[in-house]
Amino acid sequence: MTEMVYGVAPRQAKDPILPRWWRTIDKWSVSCILLLFAIGILLGLAASPPLAQRNGLDPFYYVERQLMFGFLAFIVMFATTMMSPQMVRRLGVLGFLAAFAAIVALPFFGTDFGKGAVRWYSLGFASFQPSEFMKPVYVVVIAWLMSASQEIQGPPGKTMSLVLTLVIVGFLAMQPDFGQSALILFGWGVMYFLAGAPYILIVGAAAVVVAAGFVFYENSQHFARRIDGFLNPEVDPTTQLGYATNAIREGGFFGVGVGEGQVKWSLPDAHTDFIIAVAAEEYGLVLVMLIIALYATVVVRSFLRLINERDPFIRLAGTGLAAMFGVQALINMGVAVRLLPAKGMTLPFVSYGGSSLIATGIAAGMLIAFTRTRPQGKIEDFLRQRGHG
Amino acid sequence: MTRVPLRPLARILEARAHGGDPDAIERENKQRRHEEMRDRARLRAEGRLLVLAAMFFCAFVTVGVRMGMLSSSVPSEPRAYAPGAQISQTRADIVDRQGRLMATNFVTHALYAEPPNMVEPAHAAAELARIFPDLEEDKLLALFTGPRKFLWIKPQISPEQKQAVHDIGEPGLLFGPREMRLYPNGPVAAHVMGGARYGEQAVQAAELIGVAGIESAFNDRLSDPARAGEPLMLTLDLTIQAAVERVLAGGMTVMNAKGAAAILMDAHTGEIISLASLPDFDPNDRPSPLTTGFDPSESPLFNRAVQGVYELGSTFKIFAAAQALEMGLVNPNTMINTRGPIRWGKHRINDFHDYGAELTVSDVIVRSSNIGTARLAQQIGAANQREFLDRLGFTKPTAIQLTEASGSQPLLPSNWSELSTMTISYGHGLSASPLHLATAYASLLNGGTRVTPTLVRTGPVAPGPRVVSERTSAVARDMLRQVVASDHGTASFAEVAGYQVGGKTGTADKPKPRGGYYDDKVIATFASVFPTNDPKYILIVTLDEPVVTILNEARRTAGFTAVPVAAEIIRRVAPLLGLKPEIEQPGPLGVTLTAN
Repeated sequence: MTEMVYGVAPRQAKDPILPRWWRTIDKWSVSCILLLFAIGILLGLAASPPLAQRNGLDPFYYVERQLMFGFLAFIVMFATTMMSPQMVRRLGVLGFLAAFAAIVALPFFGTDFGKGAVRWYSLGFASFQPSEFMKPVYVVVIAWLMSASQEIQGPPGKTMSLVLTLVIVGFLAMQPDFGQSALILFGWGVMYFLAGAPYILIVGAAAVVVAAGFVFYENSQHFARRIDGFLNPEVDPTTQLGYATNAIREGGFFGVGVGEGQVKWSLPDAHTDFIIAVAAEEYGLVLVMLIIALYATVVVRSFLRLINERDPFIRLAGTGLAAMFGVQALINMGVAVRLLPAKGMTLPFVSYGGSSLIATGIAAGMLIAFTRTRPQGKIEDFLRQRGHG
Repeated sequence: MTRVPLRPLARILEARAHGGDPDAIERENKQRRHEEMRDRARLRAEGRLLVLAAMFFCAFVTVGVRMGMLSSSVPSEPRAYAPGAQISQTRADIVDRQGRLMATNFVTHALYAEPPNMVEPAHAAAELARIFPDLEEDKLLALFTGPRKFLWIKPQISPEQKQAVHDIGEPGLLFGPREMRLYPNGPVAAHVMGGARYGEQAVQAAELIGVAGIESAFNDRLSDPARAGEPLMLTLDLTIQAAVERVLAGGMTVMNAKGAAAILMDAHTGEIISLASLPDFDPNDRPSPLTTGFDPSESPLFNRAVQGVYELGSTFKIFAAAQALEMGLVNPNTMINTRGPIRWGKHRINDFHDYGAELTVSDVIVRSSNIGTARLAQQIGAANQREFLDRLGFTKPTAIQLTEASGSQPLLPSNWSELSTMTISYGHGLSASPLHLATAYASLLNGGTRVTPTLVRTGPVAPGPRVVSERTSAVARDMLRQVVASDHGTASFAEVAGYQVGGKTGTADKPKPRGGYYDDKVIATFASVFPTNDPKYILIVTLDEPVVTILNEARRTAGFTAVPVAAEIIRRVAPLLGLKPEIEQPGPLGVTLTAN
């Protein structure tokens, strides 16, 4: 009757966007990311004034910039979290084409800022590192290719993804940027593992890596010296690593106190690669443990949420993003505590850096978007099995 | 187009037969396979995601644990660590043949500056210039205010200087501990010790490298960490070395010589008990070699005993006599024509005195007749002489363990003619070092076996190959004894009561740099053996340009210069060597028996 009188009520096909967004995102991960950013600003207040002073700028110049870029990054991140996986995939593929073109064009239009490696585009007010933006969109494209290969009569996606990866790694190694190359290769490995790499291949690859390491160690003096230097329990106190190790020791459990740290005055990379040493010195083990816990929460929660995910693309892309996010943090902190040989790698959301922050925002946004709770067709499964059963 | 097999074929064929839709069956089948595949992939992915989550969790825990370990470890002053090879600070001691210390290590400090940490560079520079008068305040200040982050100021400082620098209170001035090489005996045996300098330097350690002498020749052995606790034992005897140096220095002054060298060698083993060269230096503060406008052989760094290559004059005559005896050409009493001069082309061979028409072989040596020796050499022949001198070691550098020795190649005549044979027989035309002479005398007089000179104790030394027969050796010793003991001998000043000294003088005119010889500059050498009845030691004393005025007459011959110095050395060191003087017993004491 009612319908006859008033007409059919406009049926709400979906929930309202924001409430559904709020209901489905992983609020724990989002909180962790926000906290990490806040810690990054806190540490920036401690670590960046020496750099600003060296460059003759206002003491909190870099903090202000970080806040500005952080604001941008969060807009991008929250916008990304609201997208559907299909949307992320489409934009991701487009973004990949743009980032790839940017990397290819780097040798012609890029600048090295006097650091010996052509990795940046100078935009005047800021610089832009295409390889940072490459990471999230690369994961999306590889996940797309791999999931396509899981269709019957689908394209040979795994082979294509490997070829694409090697091309990108080749371009990155040309810059040269071995850190990002290694990260890209690691991301591919994780996704390939998840997409069903045979265990024998994994064990074989590990054996080859170990064997190659030994061969290099025996034959290359440079390599052997770096490994020896890493394995040696004594660290040359005049290197960055020496300063960082000493700073962590000085900090102890509760730190030497806000603003009392010394390491930021000696380390040129105190605000980026060795920010964890500043954190350990000024705020002690307590803050460091909090930071580690935050990263671990984001990564492990993402993995656990993705276990329930049925869409191969979402599963692969989410895993790749979480793994790269986690491993970047692990490498950064592992270097500072001498678990890993020295390699420059920023701490996501905490280290200073404009383009890196926005790129990390995009990656985190994608990760949140992929780990949103969504219907997983369990009922259909049940019905299907009943029907067949 | 690739053809895909129709599956499941049985149902499709059946459907075809009954007019059903095979495509629907195929689609349904495909759908089912797809679902199965997805389920399989999902199950696998679930497991692997759990593995990944666990791995990442473990990795984060590892980093956390490691952070905790680092934080809880006590912050210590970071210790120095040089990547690659650790600097080995250890250097073995050097001791003499009785184990007395000749070189050791001593902890000291190097002073360095870190200008970025300096509070008052101007004050620090002024104070440093006051503490170290050789530093200049302006230069220091320029360095302290310059762009350098690190600079060495002094390689080693004394404890007093360290305290004074410490009292400046400047945090940018720092000390690096390091070991210095210390020669507690100062200039004693300076040329043997050589000296050491710093090689690779780090803040906390510095490598010591031998620059000369035994320190350089045995650098690898001394700096081998595995043998650092094992001192290097030399054949030198510190007491005897000091006595020889003291007497030699006194003799050099008295004889107005500008340089002197002495070698005391064990006649049987070739072990060098003492090796002295004057003027000398202090290896603790080794002077830097003068490079220009200076004859390097006049430098205190020059080891005259080993590096100095001189014509050694009449000391060579005994070789000609011994060879003639060994070849059976003569016996000690064979008369030799000494009527001179011998004319050979435009050369004339003369004697210092006219010894008449004939002398015995013994007297040729005792009176040092050039003509007589030249006649002997003519009988011996060039090839035989050369072969004999080669066996005595005169054609090669000595094998002594000093880096300088490799440069002491004897100067041989380019054409070993008959004239050369004759001049070489009395020590002209062949230049060799005093050490060559000591080695040859030892080989000839110890009973006739070749010795190799050595500075390092390596245990018992086996006798070398035979050079001359025991008999020839004994006859040669007897002749040398006559040189000292006989009334006509040239070395009568060498008589030391109780020790039968035998030896041969040699006075060679010094060659001019541009050819020819000086009239008034000589190298005076006395080569001796004692005691001659039981040869134990060889002593060579060489004085450079000695001149002594006796009865208003300038004397330069070795008999008046080198011989008294050598005699004084023997008088001093023979008791130290443990030689018992042979005093002729005045007969049994007369005992008078008295009885009350």
